[in-house]
Amino acid sequence: MNLFVSLRKDFERFCCRPEFVTNSRRLGVFGRSGSGKSTLVHFLAGLLRTGRGTIELDGEVLTCSERGIWLPPEKRRIAVVFQQACLFPHLDAGKNLLYGYRRTPAELRRVDPKELIEVLELGSLLDRDVETLSGGERQRVALGRAVLASPRLLLMDEPLSALDEGLKYQIIPYLREVFERFTIPFVFVSHSMNEMRLMTDEVVVMHRGAVSDQTTPDELARKRMRRTRVGYINLLTLGGGRENDGLWTYPWGGQKLLLSAGGPEEGLYELSSKDILLFKQHPEAISARNLLVCRVGSRFELGDRVGVELTSGSEKLIAQVVRPAADELGIVEGAKVFAAIKASAFRRLY
Amino acid sequence: MDFSPSDFQAILLSAKVASVATLVSLPFGYAAAYLLVCTRLRGKAVLDGLINLPLVLPPVVVGYLLLLSLGERGWLGSLLAAWPGVRIVFTWWAAVIASAVVGFPLLVRSIRIGLEGIDEKLIQASRTLGARWYDTLFSVILPLSGRSVLAGATLMFARSLGEFGATIIVAGNIPGVTQTIPLAIYDYTNTPGGDRMALLLCLVSIVISFTVLLLNEALVQRFRRSRS
Repeated sequence: MNLFVSLRKDFERFCCRPEFVTNSRRLGVFGRSGSGKSTLVHFLAGLLRTGRGTIELDGEVLTCSERGIWLPPEKRRIAVVFQQACLFPHLDAGKNLLYGYRRTPAELRRVDPKELIEVLELGSLLDRDVETLSGGERQRVALGRAVLASPRLLLMDEPLSALDEGLKYQIIPYLREVFERFTIPFVFVSHSMNEMRLMTDEVVVMHRGAVSDQTTPDELARKRMRRTRVGYINLLTLGGGRENDGLWTYPWGGQKLLLSAGGPEEGLYELSSKDILLFKQHPEAISARNLLVCRVGSRFELGDRVGVELTSGSEKLIAQVVRPAADELGIVEGAKVFAAIKASAFRRLY
Repeated sequence: MDFSPSDFQAILLSAKVASVATLVSLPFGYAAAYLLVCTRLRGKAVLDGLINLPLVLPPVVVGYLLLLSLGERGWLGSLLAAWPGVRIVFTWWAAVIASAVVGFPLLVRSIRIGLEGIDEKLIQASRTLGARWYDTLFSVILPLSGRSVLAGATLMFARSLGEFGATIIVAGNIPGVTQTIPLAIYDYTNTPGGDRMALLLCLVSIVISFTVLLLNEALVQRFRRSRS
């Protein structure tokens, strides 16, 4: 997918002027609320007509104010999943699901409804009135409805924000599965760093209406480490765990990780860079249940903080220390360090 | 019951006039409300004012203006006179037109409130899923405004049943031809000893109105049930 955007729209107190080019099939748009993310989505979908600029998708001009071009939303084949599922209340879940499919010419349909219903596990919901669905179910139907329209590009505007924390991460595997199976390029809009890292390959950062950065999600997370209270969030996918004395043991990078909040199935866990303690030598006995032997992969400086990339086998972790600590520990590339992590520092996301 | 034949005719005519006026107005009322709510039309305020004018004008004024334009020398009347045998003034069609004009603002208002209550995001979702504007109108907007259409139609029907001022001027008060219930009651109250009949017709009026209200409520309930 190739997307070119250069727009300008003046509001009363704020000017939205996103400009970027991307080839990424999994693009993220990151920014706080009020940074112009939703305006961008409306522009891309053709729901906003006023304003100046150009939008090109795979060489086709969708909007160009100079040449007076504006393709109406139904001709763009760009579907949107909104923050609220926006299901049609007078249709049941099944009819909602097929709304876009029925309006897509047969030769353009690329997704088989049966297969999609299976992937999203919607089979039992089809006859239900949409008012009776739970938040997560509604969002799954909305996602399925958009995918079944076989769009050239799928826009997701904070699709998980209306869901509560636990549910949010339950939807992500569905999202990933759908996009892997049906290879639809998408733009994922969110203010959540974790969602960016789980869903996208490239991130456009919006700040006060303009693009302030365009980078990879991991790079962005590292840059933001200093500014956020939680530090850098390490995301670990762990599976094949065994329970022993109330703790779960997982294989990780040739070593073992012990977690208190584990489970038998594969899951995603987060660990803050602030919860990793570093030692130069092997401590004799510590209360933390994890003591990993790691190499320093790289070190990066952010003001008075130092980010330390630890490697073990093929796995990586980011820890953060203040500069004097880094000097005392002798943090240089290739150095050996011991990382201590409490078993309770890991938080299960799904 | 000792209704005279002309009383029965008045009752039937009232029902007929109110029904026809409401049914004929429905598509126009819906179109007007749609234009006012869902489009970016210029001069919306003027259109809105024109539609609502009969609501604030005395019905007698509306009737008189209708008489002037529909009469033989009026601009509409002279156009219609081109067809032989077409005459509107002092026929039951005049009563229909008078009821339609006076009840129209009520119909548009109700539908408008319904349309304004539809979440714009639903309309946007339907468009991005490949529906053209008329497709969205029939597959999303119309089904979601069903209740407001029903409410508007009920209101308009009730208003038409009671129409007096405009009707008496443009349709006259001809027993058996253009005399509706309110006009018949008016006649009885001007006749010595007509109080009893006037009261009876009032009762009929109440029964019809109440039946319409009950019918409306039943339909609304059905709407709700079919959606849940």
